[in-house]
Amino acid sequence: MHKLTKATLALNGAGRCYIAVKHCPAAKTISRGLVCTEHVSDPGKSEVYDVIISGGGMVGSAMACSLGMEPNLKGKKILLLEAGNKKVMDKVSDTYSTRVSSISPGSATLLSGVGAWDHITGMRCKPYQKMQVWDACSDALITFDKENLQDEMAYIVENDIIVAALTKQLDSLSDNVQVKYRSKVVKYTWPMSYQAADSIPWVQVTLDSGETLQAKLLIGADGPNSMVRREAGIPTVKWNYDQSAVVAVLHLSELSDTESSLVWSTSHGHAEELLQLDEESFVDAINSAFWSNDNQSEFIERAGSLFRGALSVLMPSAGSTRQLPPSVAGIGPKSRVMFPLGMGHASEYIRHRVALIGDAAHRVHPLAGQGANLGFGDVACLTQVLSQAAFNGKDLGAMQHLLEYETERQRHNLPMMAAIDLMKRLYSTNAAPVVLLRTLGLQATNMLPPLKEQIIAFASK
Amino acid sequence: MSSRLPSSPTCFPSSVLGTGLIEQGCLAHSASHTTLDPSEVKRFQSLASKWWDEQGEFGALHAMNDLRVPFIRDNLLNVHRGHQPGKPLAGLKILDVGCGGGLLTEPLGRLGADVLGIDPVADSIGTARLHLSHDSVLGARVRYRACTLEELSAEGEEGEEEEGVGQFDAVVASEVVEHLADLETFAFCCSHVLKPGGSLFITTINKTNLSYALGIVAAEQLLRIVPRGTHDWEKFISPVELERLLESNGFSVQSIRGMLYNPVSGKWSWTDSTAINYALHAVKLIEEPQPDRAQADNPDPEYRAHAASTHN
Repeated sequence: MHKLTKATLALNGAGRCYIAVKHCPAAKTISRGLVCTEHVSDPGKSEVYDVIISGGGMVGSAMACSLGMEPNLKGKKILLLEAGNKKVMDKVSDTYSTRVSSISPGSATLLSGVGAWDHITGMRCKPYQKMQVWDACSDALITFDKENLQDEMAYIVENDIIVAALTKQLDSLSDNVQVKYRSKVVKYTWPMSYQAADSIPWVQVTLDSGETLQAKLLIGADGPNSMVRREAGIPTVKWNYDQSAVVAVLHLSELSDTESSLVWSTSHGHAEELLQLDEESFVDAINSAFWSNDNQSEFIERAGSLFRGALSVLMPSAGSTRQLPPSVAGIGPKSRVMFPLGMGHASEYIRHRVALIGDAAHRVHPLAGQGANLGFGDVACLTQVLSQAAFNGKDLGAMQHLLEYETERQRHNLPMMAAIDLMKRLYSTNAAPVVLLRTLGLQATNMLPPLKEQIIAFASK
Repeated sequence: MSSRLPSSPTCFPSSVLGTGLIEQGCLAHSASHTTLDPSEVKRFQSLASKWWDEQGEFGALHAMNDLRVPFIRDNLLNVHRGHQPGKPLAGLKILDVGCGGGLLTEPLGRLGADVLGIDPVADSIGTARLHLSHDSVLGARVRYRACTLEELSAEGEEGEEEEGVGQFDAVVASEVVEHLADLETFAFCCSHVLKPGGSLFITTINKTNLSYALGIVAAEQLLRIVPRGTHDWEKFISPVELERLLESNGFSVQSIRGMLYNPVSGKWSWTDSTAINYALHAVKLIEEPQPDRAQADNPDPEYRAHAASTHN
């Protein structure tokens, strides 16, 4: 997964940047310094920070908290730049907001470590113990639950609540971490990879206010259309799925906590139609999607039930109780939104004095609820790497330890992204052979608790 | 205080992995330029590209920081407890002898220590200062002087308060001892500038057949890990001899560890064998006994060193 050679990249934009490649006989790290021909005048006036994090979303804010609380980084100057306004939530609003994330136990541990989890549980969060997946084209389903239903599998938390909790925690860390809101970055200027006399060795960040800041390490947490990644010229593998996601808040007819979150991935055209429907028709559309048998063919049904019968002879005890799909009674007012889906992966997460985390490095389909978790995993890993580097007196922007971060995270993220992409492709079709394959595969997996435990463990990190 | 002043310059720590500027015969003046000559700046620049390029000529030295910084840090933390988080070496004064371009000096400064880096080669000091110039926070704690250890030690005799006698908590001489002609004087000067109970850290190369084969033949001639002519095998010293030398100068050797360089990965690692490279930590005994009295008063130097550390 780790590319060992880099050819020079095509010149960017105004032809300002190019990559210098160095090969060593000892096959060591390749330096990925960038050279910029511009020199900034009056460098003495800019403030130098040890770390600047660009992007104050869930992952960027978590990174800021994590660095701010790290004892080995005490005394370092850390700055978080966020283009939007400060998100304060004095009182949790009664309406449930649309964008939610599934927070794995690993991510919950990180958030608890930075002191934000208590704020989150104090506001609103829903743990869940069981997950069930139905196939529209057959009777196959798979259930994930832990042996002991008392253990939580994961938590559903609104994104706004996560950001508000992290913001609150950042307020208490103001000695170590500064935050600048309403600060949009207009330009990045990259350093040379080793010392040259009259150029600044730090990354320079120019804000729309005209202010220039300097950073020994720039962390890009600015989302799937990351400017840091683009300006650094990091090549990205990406494609758009021909799908958009429609999100809404549902009111279910059954239980007492009746609100639920919907993410409906479908074609662009269908998604637009869904947005146009009035609320009642939308509810009908959801219900029919859950309950209709239109997509099922008899052949698949019969093959499926035969297979299930065979499996239950082999393993009579396996397979937990089937839960029927929910019925939707209504939707939250004005809660429908749609956004396009795609996949993206930066081929490198780092450069000299630059590191990418979260969606800036990797963007996935929401079907597995893993996007935020991958980002939190990046935060935990990078914090640990920087902490160790600081304890060894290293320059925080040096490639050696940043490469360790990249290698470790790519090793974890790429299989996850490949799996999610595969799932997406597998489940995007009605073609009979694929449906049969996935039906039988799903049923077999459902009957194998060890395999399911492995899947849960992998997704919980 | 002893009056053993070297009357002629007999030994200098030359710049680490000399860039061909090893001057064996003359004194380098302490250069504290108030205004930098542009042609000099250019020279420092070209040297900087050698010193500070982590994949360049001095790559192995950069990689050695992974071993020597923790070695120095942990041994100092053992003696001086109660550190501030984020600045484990805060409040300690360290002398980096033969600092070259500042490769080891800067990390020690980042850990919170006040560090003085000295090197007789003015160009190296210029390079080090240049590299430091952009970092004002670090610059407040790290200073450089182009001078020799003897000069520094001699200054203390003349009553200068700032540098010299008994001022340093630790002296670091990394990859220096193998370039010296007169180790006795070196050891004496180290003892002179150290506080009682202070630490001396040395990394150097053993004098064995293996170190010849790997350290000279392989490293210089075949693999070009260091520039040719950097090392003279005759000047290598074995840990046993070094220990003996130091103990006769009022030190107690606390630990010796072998280091091994892997040219394929470009990384160093600790190893049991001291056959090639090794690191040594010694502590200056509290009282400075004359060599003939050392054995009589208390035959166990460990006791004194322990007493020294508990006093701190």
